[in-house]
Parts: sequence; C-alpha cells; structure tokens
Amino acid sequence: MSISECTDKPLDLSPVAAMVADRAPFSEGDVIDALQDMQTRYGYLPRAAMDEMARLSGVPVARLYGVATFYSQFHLQPHGRHAVRVCRGTACHVRGAAGILSAISRHLGIEDGDTTPDMQFSIESVACLGTCFLAPVMLVDDQYYGNLTSDKAVATLKRIQARDGAPNAAAQPAAQKGSAPCPP
Amino acid sequence: MVRLTLDGRTIEARSGQTILEAALANGMDIPRLCHDPRLIPSGACRLCQVHVGGTEREPVLACCTAVTEGATVVTESPELASRRRAILELLLSEHRMSCATCDADGDCALQDLAYRYGATEWAYGTFQHTEPAILNYTSENRGIEYDVEKCIRCGRCVRFCDEVQGACALTFDGRGITMKVNTAHGRALHQSDCELCGGCIRLCPTGAMREKTARGMGRLKDLTKVQTTCTYCGVGCTFELNVNPRLNRVVRVTTQPGMGINDGNLCVKGHFAFDFIHSPERLRKPLIREHGAFREASWEEAIEKAGRALVAARDRYGPEGLAFLSSSRCTNEENYLMQKLARAAGRTNNIDQCATTCHAPTVAGLALSLGSGAMTNSISEIKHVQTLFVIGANPTEAHPIVGLEMKKAMRNGARLIVCDPRDTWMAKHAHLHIKHRHGTDNMLINAMMHHILARGLHDRPFVADRCEQFEALRENVRSYTPELAAEVCGVEAGLIRRAAEWYAAGTPSAIFYTLGITEHTCGTENVQNLANLAMLCGQIGKESSGINPIRGQNNVQGACDVGAIHSVLPGYQKVADAAVRAAFAKAWGVELPTHPGGRVTDFLEKAGEGVLKAFYVFGEDPVLSEPNQARVVENLKKLDFLVVQEIFMSETAMLADVVLPATCFAEKDGTFTNTERRVQRVRKAVEPPGEARQDWRILCDMSTAMGYPMSYGHPSEIWDELASLTPSLAGISYTRIDKMGLQWPCPTPDHPGTAFLHQGRFTRGKGLMHAIAFRPPAEQPDADYPFVLSTGRTLYHYNIGNMTRKTAPIAQKQNANFVEMHDADAERLGIVDGGAVRVTTRRGSISVRARVSGKVRPGALWMPFHFAESSTNRLTHDAFDNITRTAEYKCCAATIEPDGHPDAPTGEPPR
Repeated sequence: MSISECTDKPLDLSPVAAMVADRAPFSEGDVIDALQDMQTRYGYLPRAAMDEMARLSGVPVARLYGVATFYSQFHLQPHGRHAVRVCRGTACHVRGAAGILSAISRHLGIEDGDTTPDMQFSIESVACLGTCFLAPVMLVDDQYYGNLTSDKAVATLKRIQARDGAPNAAAQPAAQKGSAPCPP
Repeated sequence: MVRLTLDGRTIEARSGQTILEAALANGMDIPRLCHDPRLIPSGACRLCQVHVGGTEREPVLACCTAVTEGATVVTESPELASRRRAILELLLSEHRMSCATCDADGDCALQDLAYRYGATEWAYGTFQHTEPAILNYTSENRGIEYDVEKCIRCGRCVRFCDEVQGACALTFDGRGITMKVNTAHGRALHQSDCELCGGCIRLCPTGAMREKTARGMGRLKDLTKVQTTCTYCGVGCTFELNVNPRLNRVVRVTTQPGMGINDGNLCVKGHFAFDFIHSPERLRKPLIREHGAFREASWEEAIEKAGRALVAARDRYGPEGLAFLSSSRCTNEENYLMQKLARAAGRTNNIDQCATTCHAPTVAGLALSLGSGAMTNSISEIKHVQTLFVIGANPTEAHPIVGLEMKKAMRNGARLIVCDPRDTWMAKHAHLHIKHRHGTDNMLINAMMHHILARGLHDRPFVADRCEQFEALRENVRSYTPELAAEVCGVEAGLIRRAAEWYAAGTPSAIFYTLGITEHTCGTENVQNLANLAMLCGQIGKESSGINPIRGQNNVQGACDVGAIHSVLPGYQKVADAAVRAAFAKAWGVELPTHPGGRVTDFLEKAGEGVLKAFYVFGEDPVLSEPNQARVVENLKKLDFLVVQEIFMSETAMLADVVLPATCFAEKDGTFTNTERRVQRVRKAVEPPGEARQDWRILCDMSTAMGYPMSYGHPSEIWDELASLTPSLAGISYTRIDKMGLQWPCPTPDHPGTAFLHQGRFTRGKGLMHAIAFRPPAEQPDADYPFVLSTGRTLYHYNIGNMTRKTAPIAQKQNANFVEMHDADAERLGIVDGGAVRVTTRRGSISVRARVSGKVRPGALWMPFHFAESSTNRLTHDAFDNITRTAEYKCCAATIEPDGHPDAPTGEPPR
C-alpha cells in the first residue's frame, strides 16, 4: 500500500485515469469498487481525486460523495497506515472492550476516531466485527487479535511499531479530533 | 384498464399504475411526504401504508405497489392511523418545532399531517436544537437556505436534483441519525454543480429548504397567489407570484405539477430573478432631456413633447422619417397597439421588434418553405421524440424547461444528435456530437441529405405527395459528399453519415434549433435547408415530429404574430395585399401605409444616413443588443428625436430626448405567446413604482397626442379587437385561457387549438424545397484576427442582463463577462484559466477573464452578451442575413491576448 505524502506538492491525480479506464464503460455499479481502489492508492479519498474521477467517469461527484459518506469503510481524511478497529459489540463489551480501547488510546495518545500525527495508526471503534468467539477482539488492518487484555493489545501495537521502525507516537502531541494533519 | 375498490369506491386505473397514482388520479388523497409525481417512488416516508385485501393483512406502501384487478384497498383504519402517528412522532422528535417563526407555516405537509393524526412532538423526547445553527453548504448562499433541523430526510430535493434536473448537485451525506442533505464535500452551493433551479425548495414538504430572500416576508396566509406567465425566454412557464399585499411585494414564486407546460418545474430565472421588479433603479417619473441633462416631467408634458416630435417627423419627412421598435418582452396587446400606433398614427410600416435580432430567419425561412413561421410541434410532444436532432441550440441553458423535456425523452430511450461547435450540456450527453466549424451548417445539412439520397433513406411517398422542387434539391446536394463536408466542417465523414441515417430512421425524429442557425449571413438559408431535411425524410407534420425553432424572448412569437413586423399585419397578413389593408383600414378608420418599411438594423443605418429622424423605442436596448455598438451609438446620436419607453435607464434611454417610465410583467394584464404558439395570460400582481404607467395606456396616450385617438378600458378589449382581425387567433379569448393557454391556429371559439402544424397539408399547400448552396460566413479569420468569435446566452442571465443581474443569488453565481477558449490556444498564447485577456475585433476591444477548457474548438472563442459594462456587442460584426437583416453574431474574426493592464479584471475567476 502506498500512502500519499503529506507535503505541499499537489496530489498526483494520474492514477485516477486507470481506475476509471479499467472499468470502461464506467457505470454507477462501479462506484464502490473504484472508490476502494482509490482508497488503496491514496490511503483515503482525496477531494481532488474524487473530482477527477467524476470528471473522467461522468458520474456526478455528489453521487461519489454520497456513497463515500454512507459506508464506514471510506475515509475522506488521511488515515493512518494501520487501521486499528476495536470491537464494541455486546460480547466484547461484557468482556472488557472499553478497557482495551482506553489502553490503546492511552498508548497511542489519541482518541477513538483519530490518527496519530506520524500517520502510523488510526483508532476506530466498530459495532461488531462478527468474531464474538474471540471477544474481546480488535482488527489491525486485516489481522484479528482475540481474547485480548489491555496488556496484550498494547503489546501487539508495540510489535507493529518495532517492525515499522517508527518512533513512539505517544511521545508526540495528539492530533485534533476530526482535523487532517494536512489539507487533502 | 384495471378496476379496483378504494375506500368502498370503485375506480379505474391504468395497468402498471401504483395505488397512490390511481388514488390521486381519482381525486382521492393518501398521506405521504416523500412522493412527487415527477420522481421515481422511493417508499422512504412509510406514511402511504394502506390495507389491500382486508384490514387484518399487513399494510403495503401505496406509492410502491401496483394496482391489481379486483383489489380492495382501505386507506384509513385505526391501525393505519396509529402507525402514521408513530412515524410522524418519530419525525417530530428530530424536527425543530418552530412553526411560530417558520416561513413555511401553513404551507408544510409535516404540519398538516401531524395535526391530522394528532402526533405529539414529545412522544420520543423533545428535539434539542443547536444554537447557533451549524454552518452548512447554504450558509453563504444568497438564494437558498437549508435548515438541517427542519429536514425530515424524505429525499425529494436530492432525487429531484438528480432525476429531473440532472444537476446532481445534492446528495445525502452520511447515514442514520446524522444523515443530512449536502453538496459533494460540503462545497458552498454557488461553487457546486447547483443550477439554482429552486426545485429543492419547491419540492420540500417542510420549511427545511427555503428562499433566503423571502425570510420573514410573509407566510402562506399573508400572501396572495397570482397565476401568470414567466417573463424570461420563449418557453412560457406558468407560475404564481406570491405577493404580500401589505408590502406590495413579490415575495417568492411557486408552481405545482400539472400547472402549465412546465408541469411545476422552473429554471433559475423563473424561480429567482424577480428582484428587478422592486429595484430602486426602476424609472418612476417621465424624464425630458434639457440642456444635455434629464429633468423630471409630468406625463402630460412628456407625452405632448414626444407626440409633437413624432408628428413633426412624419409630416415633414413622410413614412421614412420615423420608426417604431416594439418589444418582444411585452404583451401581445401592447405589441398590437405599437404596430397600430406606427401604422395608424405614424403612417409608416417602419415597425419591428427583436425578432430581427434573433429568429427573423425562422419566420421568413419557414414561411417560404412551409407557409408558417413557428415551432411545428408542442413542448409536451418532446418527451415522445425518439431521435432528437439539436443543431445550433443550447436548450439546457437558454430554454431550460425544453431542456428538461429533452432529458425526459432521453430517459425514455431517445437518441440524441447534437450539432454544435461547442460542448454544451446536451453535446456532452449526446449519443452523437458533430462539433463542426462555425458557419458550416449548410455544408453539413447538404451532406446529410446527399447521404440520405445516396442510400435511398428518404420518404419517397411524402416527397412525391407533399413537396415541390425535389429535383432541384437532389441536383443541388449531388456535389456535397460527406467527404467534402468532413473537410469543410472539420469532423469525420462517418459521423455525418450516421447522423443522417439516425435522423432519417427515427420514429419519429424532430429537429430543434435556435440562434446557432439563424444568426448568420445565411440564416434564412440555414432554416430553409433544415426544412428541406425534414421534408425529405417525411419527419414533419406529425406528433413529436417536425421542425422546431425555440424562440428566445418571452413574447417574440407573439410580437411577430400580432404584426410588429414591417411587412405583415396581425396574423401574418401581408401589408402588400390590398384586401388585407382594406380590412384593417375599415376597422381602424384610417388608410394604411403602403411603403415597404424596414427592420431595426435598417432603422439604425437610416438614422446614420440622416434619413430616419424620429425613433420610438419600446422595451428594447439596441445599444446593447445590436452588433457593432460604437456604430449603433453614433447612428442614434444623429436622430432628431428619440423616445424610449422603459422600466430602467437603459444604455439607449441615456441617449433619449424623452424617457417614459413603463411597467413590467408583474404590474399588468395581458397575454404572452410562447414558442409553441400558446397564448397565455399575464396578470397584474403588484402596483407599479412611482408614476410608472401601464404600457398599453402610454401607447394610447401617445397615439391620441399624435392625432389618432385610441382608448380601451382593459387589455382584454385590445385582445378582442386583435382577435377579430386575426383569423388564426379568432377563437381565443381571456375566458378560454384563464387557467391554461391555447395554441394557434384557433379559428373559432369551439376550436381546441392546434398542437402540431402541417398535418396532411402544409400551410402553403405543398412544402417548397430549396436548393441551398453553402456560403461561408462574411468575415473569415486571417493573420490579424485569427480566431472565430461566437456569442450566446448562459443559464443565469437573460438578454442584456438588466433584469437578471439585479438578483443576488445570480450575481453570486455569475456576475462578470468571460471568454471561453481552447486549452491549446491558451497555452500557446500564455493565457491561464481565470486570467485577464483582451479580445479585439475590427469593431472594438474589451477586457474579460478567460475560461480555458476544451469546450470550444481550437481557434474558436465564445462569449455571452449579458454584461453592459463589458458589452460583447462592441466586438460583433454588423454583417447581415441577406433576407431578414439579422446580424451574424455567431461568426466574427477576433484576436485574443493576455491583458496586463492595471484596469484588467481581477478577483475570483467567473464560473
């Protein structure tokens, strides 16, 4: 996965053409799939890239935006390289999901829904991951971690941090909720 | 047909109709909030639940369930009432109940239903509103206001924007309880794809979408609704001016499905552009020029002075000494009086109106070919056309409601062929777009006919039975091969062939054109050639099949119909015909002039030559609307006397000796005739400002002052006189057109009007084919002026802009002139999108902002003409059509360069 760099450089829109061309003739039914491609390419759905997709595909940008805001899988703001999804479903709840979430938040220094300033992690609580037999559970990218304790959850994140070689995000000031570190 | 029982009553319904549609068609009501007859049913509000086949059965949605034979439907029961109450209470729990201060109070479907079902706002907890209100995409907008706290998420606005208007500016943002209506990315509405049609407001069942301009100006019970006809463009939409009598003010405009040919739809001009009515710039008192400056005068003095000057010119110089320019923005009655004033009091046939500027080639060309110069089909027939052939027309901008009908046709599966040098909305959505070079229309049409004949695709029986001069046509097009046309027009020959095949094969096909065809030195020939094409393929004289000029100004059709043309009296009865003159002489009690008379372009030239001495201009501004502005002004300054009857101090009025303050469409009674020949009522809604006087009264006063007394009690009396002298209008009266207009020809009081022309027989007998040779435009690009400049209209403005530009939301959307040019040309010349440029022709030069895109062809420029401060008509060419003297606005040689002057336009680039 490549992530758009957070610089003053204008966004490279050239990959959008292929996202449209690969689905020719592009129809409304291709929208979700194409937006998923876009999110894979940029890490989120940049405004300029959505405008470009609308221009090239003929699907109005309002319709792309409606789809993008309907599904929780899509992000309109830059997102961390690793998505940490903490389950708050009934089974996880009774087995201590709240504690898991607060431990992770404390460790990364950000709230639910936010992204670390170094763009390494985003935390997102979800209604149910459908793996109640593993409760309490979290999903990091596409890997499930079940039967968690607060310590096990933090240890998992530390392993990922060590693998990525990134500095400890907790040492840096937290990003403000809802605001992107740089304008898309 | 299907028979079913609805609440004990047996009704008939069309197979496939929904229960709700069947109920509404039979005058029965079922509660609903998300339904609109123009939209695909969504079943979102769940209020239209009904029992089918017994009250013990689970209810179904009436809006989404088709009728079935023998079904028993119950629309009210304790069970249904309880369900509806619960739904309404859920809605109210998310709705800010501010009925006491809401503009929609009394005009709110939610309020009505909550009252009807006794829903309480506290059943599910009271709504907690946010203070101050959260900013949204309409916060900065000057026309439309969205209040998320009043929104019930019925989706009518979003679906209308998408399904009917096709603008797709609005969407639902998010899901669940936080879902709201938004633009993409929450962009400010005026920077989004919104076309400001106001459809979201008209469809909103609550007060969530409203006109910002109408806030606090009155609720339903404070307002009087006056049904009238729109004053913009030839479509002739019907709407209601909502007047607050206490304020003597038009507060907003409303319309409903089923009302008029627009069926409840309007464009930005029809919904918003009425601030001009109450503009402080309106003329309030007569003005007389004295020592180079205007002073206010009494009506008596102004009329006496003007009348004396006109009589002096008439008596001293004869019929060539004076001329009258009538107004295609004004009513039929006023145009009738104006030509009567010219002929009976002025004793001259120098009478014209703006048809010469736009569609005179249509009137002349179609009269020569078919015998009648008007749209042959009706607007309501457009949705059934299967092959739309649109050439030199931009309906979604210039005639937006016709554009909506074409979108309907496309949704019904119609094929769309667009021939236009510019990527208009229609061109971009066309199945086949021929982006030909400017002024090569006849080459294109001849090549299409060449291919049709070569393939034998023409309608042989139709040509044999109903047309003349076919051999001359065949001989003429022999040399116009698609290959030759491809080279001259700059498009692929295959496209031309396919367009010809599609058009010939359509069942049915119809041609639509506007000024891209007429505003050429070969305008009349272009029109005749389109008539050739229609006749050759037998695509005329049938429902949804014919040749359709879409007229520009609201009453240009009527102004022509009632004889405000030099050569014809009302009903296109020829002045040259002694019997016609005798009939009018008898009715008017005066001998009619016999000299040929001229057109507005002639008047201006004659003024320059010193032949024309006195000129009466009524509701037109030739300084802005005629080509080569510098020469127009020079010519007008040579007049001995200029009278201008206007609602604003126009550029022409500034040159006048006497200015008479007139009334606008909202201040008078009368009729307009729309492009489909439908005579429709115009009604007085508000009092005119100051001493401004009804135009028909001014014309009577002037005529009386000139020694030919005219007097009427009401415009209906003028209509009755007109109808008595005009066979094609004889059956139309104010009583008959009270609710819905009638289409001429309508010869008798029991005639239903004529939806389409030339059925079985052309007006002139046989259709006359003409051999039309291709002639290039008068001015060709050269080394000094390498570009071709073309002018046109935008969606947001009307004509010279003096009415539309006074509207705040429109000013916010588009308030400055611009020039469109091709990316490649811009790059070569170092011009950037939004940058200041200077456009120059042999006539003049103006500085505007550039819009760089691929919309126009390389080597082409396009500019609107709505902006007086940088009038595009300083640039246009005063070369004229050889028959109707209509100027070639669509082609003139120009040059463009970056403008580094400090006075060059700055700020946000216009969009």
